Amino acid sequence: MTHADAATVAKTDKPSLVSALRAFLPREAVLHHDDELRPYECDGLSAYRAVPLMVVLPETTDQVQRILRLCSERKIPVVARGAGTGLSGGALPLPDGILLSLAKFSRILEIDRVNRTARVQPGVRNLAISQAVASDGLYYAPDPTSQIACSIGGNVAENSGGIHCLKYGLTVHNILRLEVITMDGERATIGADALDSPGYDLLALMTGSEGMLGVIVEVTVKLLPQPETAQLVMAAFDDIEKAGDAVARIIGAGIIPAALEMMDNPAIRAAEEFVHANYPVDAAAILLCELDGTAGEVAEQIQQVEKVLKERGAGEIRKARDEQERIIFWSGRKAAFPAVGRISPDYYCMDGTIPRQRLAEVLKKTAELSEKYKLRVANVFHAGDGNLHPLILYDANNPGELKRAEELGGQILELCVAVGGTITGEHGVGIEKINQMCVQFDEHELTQFHAVKSAFDPDGLLNPGKAVPTLRRCAEFGAMHVHGGKLPHPDIPRF
Amino acid sequence: MGVGTAQVEKRSTILVSWICIAVTKQNDLSKEIQDRVRQAAAARTALRIRGGDTKAFYGRTTTGEKLDVSGHRDIVSYEPTELVITARAGTPLDEVEAALAEKGQVLPFEPPHFGKAATLGGAVACGLSGPSRPYSGAVRDLVLGVVCVNGRGERLSFGGQVMKNVAGYDVSRLMVGAMGTLGVLLEVSLKVLPRPATTVTLALATDADQAITTMNAWAAQPLPISATCHDGELLRVRLAGAEQGVTAARQKLGGEEVPDGDTFWAELREHRLPLLSEAATLWRLSVPAAAPASAAEGTWLLDWGGAQRWFASELPADTIQQQAIALGGHATLFRGGDRTGEVFHPLAPPIATLHRRLKQAFDPDGILNPGRMYREW
Repeated sequence: MTHADAATVAKTDKPSLVSALRAFLPREAVLHHDDELRPYECDGLSAYRAVPLMVVLPETTDQVQRILRLCSERKIPVVARGAGTGLSGGALPLPDGILLSLAKFSRILEIDRVNRTARVQPGVRNLAISQAVASDGLYYAPDPTSQIACSIGGNVAENSGGIHCLKYGLTVHNILRLEVITMDGERATIGADALDSPGYDLLALMTGSEGMLGVIVEVTVKLLPQPETAQLVMAAFDDIEKAGDAVARIIGAGIIPAALEMMDNPAIRAAEEFVHANYPVDAAAILLCELDGTAGEVAEQIQQVEKVLKERGAGEIRKARDEQERIIFWSGRKAAFPAVGRISPDYYCMDGTIPRQRLAEVLKKTAELSEKYKLRVANVFHAGDGNLHPLILYDANNPGELKRAEELGGQILELCVAVGGTITGEHGVGIEKINQMCVQFDEHELTQFHAVKSAFDPDGLLNPGKAVPTLRRCAEFGAMHVHGGKLPHPDIPRF
Repeated sequence: MGVGTAQVEKRSTILVSWICIAVTKQNDLSKEIQDRVRQAAAARTALRIRGGDTKAFYGRTTTGEKLDVSGHRDIVSYEPTELVITARAGTPLDEVEAALAEKGQVLPFEPPHFGKAATLGGAVACGLSGPSRPYSGAVRDLVLGVVCVNGRGERLSFGGQVMKNVAGYDVSRLMVGAMGTLGVLLEVSLKVLPRPATTVTLALATDADQAITTMNAWAAQPLPISATCHDGELLRVRLAGAEQGVTAARQKLGGEEVPDGDTFWAELREHRLPLLSEAATLWRLSVPAAAPASAAEGTWLLDWGGAQRWFASELPADTIQQQAIALGGHATLFRGGDRTGEVFHPLAPPIATLHRRLKQAFDPDGILNPGRMYREW
């Protein structure tokens, strides 16, 4: 069901809904006045806003079950929200729907040091898990840049990555078990405390499903031993292609760095002005290559990496002298987004992934598009795993600029698909990239996605209108794959 | 992305690519497979998907017309510096591993072959992983994308050839271990890794309780461990990685070096150890790694640092399943026993409902390997 369809069903009697919810929720857990609802009108993608019908803040699993059962009966759409840091509008509210905030689910329930797992509520912040187990020499590996703020429930919904996922994987590789409430209010355990569970891999299906299949009320994560040591090398290149080539050579030499990041000149300059990370501001690109492991391993691999960097034409190569300098070098990369925010009134962050060997070509075409749309683009890049974050600089106060930025962004994503990549590596589709889904998938694939959704949520009430476009929407967008010269659904009007 | 779209500059590369296409086109049966599924759907004929026929012992016995996919083979693309290989489902695992070995790379999940003819598609559909699984990931962790045919005969592509991809539901990983009940695999893209520079296997004499404690204590430390196993008498551990790291860890762990370590892990993976190969009925228990050793009657072999436990026993299924639940996991009748009854652990009611609906969503006529996983569908 599309969002529009849902809207026609849910001509809701608001006062009756408020009193039905207050029958089992405290007064302060049901927000419905406009001034209370405003703070929830967007997530990390602030260009898209909508005031929800109401916001509910349950504290217990039982309350979540009752909320969903009630909404199921009354056919009211529900959008789940964690910390609201998502960058694709996945938690954008619906004007006719309930926003289900999991902010009060903020407790770490159990740490099993022997099995190296932590059972936590979905509202627990990503970094808080690692902090809670640091004294045991353990940590939770996925480290999205927003880890001080983002919640683990949101990480699961988006299958978040981070700087170290080249070696340690994404959220899907680092969780064991979920407690999920389906739209009809049923509780289901997905995954297990063991490494696998019987039947289909529903854990993988739930991870990255953007709140469309169920509401997560508990997450069991894997904990890893902290590496004995980590060493960071920064290399400057006068040509971005050489930097890309160096990345391929490092991996070709049999080395999997813990992190391998690239920044282009505009990003280097913005970061340097902001945090003074001591970056070479004249470089066309820098690579940040971190190796971790035992002292012996790291010493051995760092030599190999330095050799490769020299061979591939790196100018300056700097090894962090101590932990403090390592943190300073990283600070520039980690602050790249806000740094760009300082030099431009607004910016729009893209998230395409490409096969690395196509990097030079994609950057060149991005530069051409930047020229065409007359908008600056700064590039930060999880180079090791091919995940690009072009940041499009614009000013929302200039009429038409946001629209141009969106168009430019859409073109970049379509370029990623054209070279064999994807429209989103780690930020999710949400509402932002929903049109580009029509470029990446054909009508059969999209129909299969809708069938998966229906298996979990037959009435289409959980986060409707996100992540997977309807065929109608694709037809209107005009980007549906054409098979055998025939347009799918020729009956649908096109603009 | 096909070979033909890659931008090639050198003449020799063009020639190689061209030969590659010529070979691969010949062994591309995707059209035939798709037609066959479509016809079967129209006639409501059950299909029994077959690759190398090396894992027919696993799962439930099924009937149905044979759909042989072993002719749909060859590596479609492999770029070592991208750490990604894409091959057709019928490609022999041996061939995939040989191509990787030539470039110093491996399938990190060490798939069990259980026979020379084992195919990539079969390995993915059965979802089995070898001794390295707790340390380098399971087959589902390494799958990046699949092309498959669903029960309506539609050719669908999910995921891709890049490491990070969150566009759409993760149907690629859903196919792993689904025993062909959701779709016929045509093509799989996998993440690969460099072969470790050095490996050493050590052995320490100890009992099962102590072995579980030791394996879990090691796993909480930053050590380059890539496999651990206890066979009732000896705790074996494999160290893998950069030479200096392995050497330092070896000194730390103690024990005796096993001279033919690689052979031991291969025998374990392929179930050629007598304890596994001679069992009339072999159960697999998947439990939390630190779950206590069981005193249940039978022979135990602990793999995956304690998280996978092989159990040769003639105890009733129900008793063994209860045992697995008590340890915090589940049990599978892996080999032998009654293959017409249920062999996989019963699903909790809400999960069973989701399974039925998902099966319906991918294969509405129930023609793909019906009953191979659970009797009902």
